[in-house]
Amino acid sequence: MFMKGFRNKKYPPNFIIGAVITGIMLLLILMSFFYTPYDTTKMDSASKLAAPSLRHLMGCDNFGRDIFSRVLKGMQNTFVIAFLTVIIGTVGGIIIGAFTGYFGGLLDEVLMRIIDVVFAFPSILLALVFVSIFGTGRYNVVAALGVAFIPSFARIVRSEFIKYREMDYVKSARLAGVGRLRIIFVHILPNTFTVLVSSIMIGFNNAVLAEAGMSYLGIGVQPPDASLGSMLSESQTYLFSAPWYAIFPGLMIILLVLGFSLLADGIKAK
Amino acid sequence: MLLEIKDLCIEFHDHDVPERVVNHVSFSLEEGEILGIVGESGSGKSMTAMAIAGLLKRHDLEKKGEIFFDGKELLHASRAELRNYQGNDISIIFQEPMTSLNPVKRIGWQVEESLKIHKPDMSQSERKRRAIEALSDVELPNPEQIYRKYPHELSGGMRQRVMIASAMICEPKLLIADEPTTALDVTIQLQIVKLLQRLNKEKNMAVLFISHDLSLVKRLCGRIIVMQNGDVVEQGATQAIFDNPQESYTRELINAIPKLEKVL
Amino acid sequence: MKYGLKKFAAMLITILCISFLVYLAFDVIPGDAALAALGTDVEPVRLEALREEMGLNRPFLERYFDWLVSFVTGDFGTSYKYNLPVADMIISKLPVTVIMALISFVIMTLVSLPVGIYTAKHSGGRIDRVITVINQVMMSVPHFFMGIIITYVFGMVLKLFTPGGFVSYEVDFWGFLSYIIFPCIAIALPKIAMSVKLLRGSCVGEAKKDYVRTAYSKGNNTNKVLYRHVLKNAMIPVITLWGMMLADMLVGSIVIEQVFNIPGIGRILLTSISYRDYPVVEAIIVLIAFVVVATNFCVDIIYGIIDPRINVGAE
Repeated sequence: MFMKGFRNKKYPPNFIIGAVITGIMLLLILMSFFYTPYDTTKMDSASKLAAPSLRHLMGCDNFGRDIFSRVLKGMQNTFVIAFLTVIIGTVGGIIIGAFTGYFGGLLDEVLMRIIDVVFAFPSILLALVFVSIFGTGRYNVVAALGVAFIPSFARIVRSEFIKYREMDYVKSARLAGVGRLRIIFVHILPNTFTVLVSSIMIGFNNAVLAEAGMSYLGIGVQPPDASLGSMLSESQTYLFSAPWYAIFPGLMIILLVLGFSLLADGIKAK
Repeated sequence: MLLEIKDLCIEFHDHDVPERVVNHVSFSLEEGEILGIVGESGSGKSMTAMAIAGLLKRHDLEKKGEIFFDGKELLHASRAELRNYQGNDISIIFQEPMTSLNPVKRIGWQVEESLKIHKPDMSQSERKRRAIEALSDVELPNPEQIYRKYPHELSGGMRQRVMIASAMICEPKLLIADEPTTALDVTIQLQIVKLLQRLNKEKNMAVLFISHDLSLVKRLCGRIIVMQNGDVVEQGATQAIFDNPQESYTRELINAIPKLEKVL
Repeated sequence: MKYGLKKFAAMLITILCISFLVYLAFDVIPGDAALAALGTDVEPVRLEALREEMGLNRPFLERYFDWLVSFVTGDFGTSYKYNLPVADMIISKLPVTVIMALISFVIMTLVSLPVGIYTAKHSGGRIDRVITVINQVMMSVPHFFMGIIITYVFGMVLKLFTPGGFVSYEVDFWGFLSYIIFPCIAIALPKIAMSVKLLRGSCVGEAKKDYVRTAYSKGNNTNKVLYRHVLKNAMIPVITLWGMMLADMLVGSIVIEQVFNIPGIGRILLTSISYRDYPVVEAIIVLIAFVVVATNFCVDIIYGIIDPRINVGAE
């Protein structure tokens, strides 16, 4: 009885599965800050490319490093980079979207044209331009992806602001002499959060995929530090003899993204 | 008798408790007659109309009773049988002329569509001639131009005329008009009502006019049915009901007319 | 027509903006190109001579216009690293990348259209639910990991192709195609999932609209309502997505080239980035940007054809 109501009314099953997956992933990431079963960079020639076992849950890589530990560290890196990327994208998007949407006019025209141009550009490509100018490394990747993500958020926030700026409650606030900044950030912005939340989660997923892609190409987190993408890149050489080396990092990316997209769908459906 | 409805019941089963939206409704309609169904929203009048038009297709709904059209039972007929009548002998127009037309198809195409379905042997030029004739029949200016236009290029009143033209193209015996004027301006409402009146006389086409607006119903219909919460509370000749309403609900509806007109 | 011209003008302006921004970025930010080419411990005289030779002492706008004019006429500059014309380096590799993107795109449309329509038509059914789950998972797979899985399953276990055994289309066209098809599937699969999801949702959303009820009231059967009425409306958002995906696939093939060891544009781009070979990077970026903008232009035109409401806004 209780479960039926619980399932049907408030949360669709997708949402619950998503929440469980995301919860587990977040716990693992949290754990990785304090504890990994082995040192992520410690090499052990005796256990080179060892198969998964109780000692090494996901086996070992070509240097005999514990894959599980490196996967944990890689998830942590991916998560931190994606998180920072989304923050830059969201904050930048909110500022640009709020001002262009609220004030309109020439500023809006010009900024949106630029945004359209950047938006038309695949974000990985933009990040590649960035990296080729400023060099590789995790902070450059964060900056590059962050900038690349601003346009999509700016567009969403802008269309929300255009919708709200003509609403009666905003007009009456204006007549009552409320300052512009206060109207923008106190009266309108909170109303855009429902739309923003699901796009932030989708943005997070795109950031995870983009980061993985970039570190796969060798322009993200630099070795010997672990990242899921570079592990996948290394694993390819040993794909036939040690397929687990590829499977586990890949699986973790899939789970991370899947959990969030199920959550986002669930929130949107509500 | 063109249309006879016997003991029609419609029940929704999408909640824990079944919800009856049409409750033992019976009435009939003669050829060429205009019958009005009045009632407020939720009275079951639109559901009755959808049942006659064969558009009840939700799975979580139970329908009982009989609908005879030209002697043929339609309520429990198969979808394929129904399709022979839809758009051919029975047509329907809806409340929302703004959204009832397909936005990406030309007016001409949409008006002709019923001909394509029900008279597949007709030549394209003959179809076009008929469509333009139908467009001018509903008093649209420049029918040849409108034939080539898209819905968004027309006003609400014009779109409702297009809807009527496409409903009339196969010369149906029955036109169901489900709140056809509700979304329109008052002056346009009157024009549409007059148009329906004229088409009814010229084509000898029966009209089932569904509305919550008693003043329009009074103008158009010889007989009316008053519905409330799925029940028929009163039916009879329009004049008789207006002169001497039997039910308190009908009296309330009639009393509401002048007040509304003052506001408008 | 007016609409088409307006969009064409917008496309030209966008291309100008992009080329300007890219040129600016590569000209100003990385520092002195002559210094980069010769190294820091060079005699000032030689440096100055090279500067003059490279035209670095002229005003920025002048250099930009020269660069733009020569770019349009097919002269993309000279590679710092290989001292070869960039155009020669790129042109021979371009077909591989473009063919891969196009094949992936065709696979995506050919699969996602019928699957999307089928799931929309039978939405809520068992097959629909299974496909929805598969979609959800597919969307979460990075395409390069998909490439690795395909390499393992089709290349190593089933031995349908030899991983790393790329043949150029100039040598053996069929051999080239039978190798390239696997990376294309890897690129297409996640995109198929996305476009099936959107098409299904769009069809289901359209099916609730009033004009669908009108279509049924005329005696149309379900198939006619779907194909004559719903589909054209439902395709409008899907076409936008496809336009963006074509661009994504072009960039996606850069990554996939690494997975399958294919010498395409991606290979040159990555090596040039690591050598800071700016003329090459610049040319590739601008070229890809051109393709992206041109694709968007095509999408806009198709939009104008499908959706009659668009043209009015332009007048």
